[in-house]
Amino acid sequence: MTVTREDIIDFIYEEVRMLDEGRFSEWLELWLPEGIYWMPLDYKQTDPTLTSLLYEDDFMRKLRVERLNGERTFSQKPKSRCSHVIQRPFVDKFDADAGEFETNTSMHYVETRLDEQFLLALTATHELKLVGGKLRIANKRVELLNSDAAFGNIQLLP
Amino acid sequence: MGKYADNPAAVAALVEEHQVHRDTYIDKEIFDLEMKHLFRNTWVYVGHDSQTPKKGDYITTQIGDQPVIMVRHSDGEIYVLFNRCPHKGTKIAIDRSGNTGKFFRCPYHAWSFKTNGCLLAIPLKKGYADTGFDDSEAKQGMAPVGAVKNYRGFVFARVAKEGISFEDYFGDAMSSVDNMVDRAPEQRLEVAGPPLRYYHKCNWKMLVDNQTDTCHPMVAHESSAGTAVRLFDEANWPEDKPKPMAMEIIAPFMSPYEFFEEMGIRTWPNGHGHTGVHHSIHSDYSQTSEYWNALVEAHGEEKAKAVLDENRHNTVYFPNIMIKGPVQQLRNFIPLGPNETLVESHVFRLVGAPDYLLERTSMYNRLINAPTSIVGHDDLEMYERAQEGLHADGMEWINIQRLYPGEENFDEVAVENGTTERQMRNQMHAWKKFITLSMEQAAPEAAE
Repeated sequence: MTVTREDIIDFIYEEVRMLDEGRFSEWLELWLPEGIYWMPLDYKQTDPTLTSLLYEDDFMRKLRVERLNGERTFSQKPKSRCSHVIQRPFVDKFDADAGEFETNTSMHYVETRLDEQFLLALTATHELKLVGGKLRIANKRVELLNSDAAFGNIQLLP
Repeated sequence: MGKYADNPAAVAALVEEHQVHRDTYIDKEIFDLEMKHLFRNTWVYVGHDSQTPKKGDYITTQIGDQPVIMVRHSDGEIYVLFNRCPHKGTKIAIDRSGNTGKFFRCPYHAWSFKTNGCLLAIPLKKGYADTGFDDSEAKQGMAPVGAVKNYRGFVFARVAKEGISFEDYFGDAMSSVDNMVDRAPEQRLEVAGPPLRYYHKCNWKMLVDNQTDTCHPMVAHESSAGTAVRLFDEANWPEDKPKPMAMEIIAPFMSPYEFFEEMGIRTWPNGHGHTGVHHSIHSDYSQTSEYWNALVEAHGEEKAKAVLDENRHNTVYFPNIMIKGPVQQLRNFIPLGPNETLVESHVFRLVGAPDYLLERTSMYNRLINAPTSIVGHDDLEMYERAQEGLHADGMEWINIQRLYPGEENFDEVAVENGTTERQMRNQMHAWKKFITLSMEQAAPEAAE
């Protein structure tokens, strides 16, 4: 398979659509097992050994998704919904020979449950790899514009 | 006059031996009285001295509803000052932390103050000549709080000028701080990174209560911890592959009731107490020989063993912090309103210890205390449901009767079954004592 810039951009759009439609199990399949989903706590944080909002591996991502589907997940009765509005991603790295790509995407993320709704502005950077003819997420970093602010529950996946 | 102001008897009547009236959690007037009396008369945590290592370093925070600055003065001591210019009231410092150099300067009229609060200079000072300014309150500079104590790096303050001493207020309860600090080979802690800040739409006491509530983990956390245990069982994890650190942290939340009964709760006078007298959910964390050797070098083998054998789960320092010695954490439950609390969760580096300990501490913090944490979601859902439910008029009292033996003496240290609600009773006993301490009874109205 020959990957084009458009394929990379489509991938990012498809990922957020999956999240918005609650297709979390499908979303898990996008990941390479060793990938890390990182949401820093400190603005421009570089050291992951300090506290982050999220720094999760395969096991934790799966746990998160299983919990969302669980019978006794009281904070998801009723369930939350989310919506991502994204800008056209910048393709910052395009190495077709190595099958490695990086994108930078600005988004507005809205999450709602019951009568509450909140908005997060964020930038997502994706490291993607071509494995077995398919694009997969090697790592993903989500930087909230106000990562140092006080939040209530953020239950789904920005 | 409201229902509770100037009426200490009415406030005291909200706390009975085995139950607490809902107004303590939902009433705005009671909240205001807590700010005016409870948070003034008690010793409240301000910050850790590693946040202000150099002269002129400061952090801004609050004690109850009072904005304060904790600052390192030129003599190396830590001062806690009200964050208010004595001129027109302008907040002097706005950043959460910084270095002010040798003095604070008000951004409005450039009055300046030494880092112990003393007035240093006023522009056009001659305008105050012959005005009696020297006798004014403003001439005194930025006001300090009533008393400050730096205990092994942990800075506490009492806002009231007169009151209970630090030693009398905490007594043996500081043994949990001692244990946390003794876990550092250099016997020193450092705050590592910014705190997680988690906004809760519930009363601050719901969080404090939950720290020693051992009957909720297996119920409320089934969705997170229970799912983790199940996933791990299903994974057929290879024996040679290291178990995820997350499992070490999350799985013990699903321990059975017997585990929590046997772990024990100790209560101290003035509302302090801790879970995990005998063992706790932190008891089985893995250690390395590198860390053990560093600790033996610092303490000798006998004390090193004693330090690590102590695995207190949550220690509540009344009114509003909890520390976890075995994972080097401090959670500060900052009251914002009767239905609003800001939770700041700090982690500490054990100075002289291997890095993996900080990794575990940071992981614990984000897995349990973050706004994005699935375990935190379980808890907050319950607090908010309770905050809403308490408005139901069908009944007005909150029951804290579990393992209530009849009249209790909270001036004595006690160790009891780990599922007792004695610590919640102890807290509310202290609440009643310190909120009414400085309340004045309104003068009876003149007979007509």
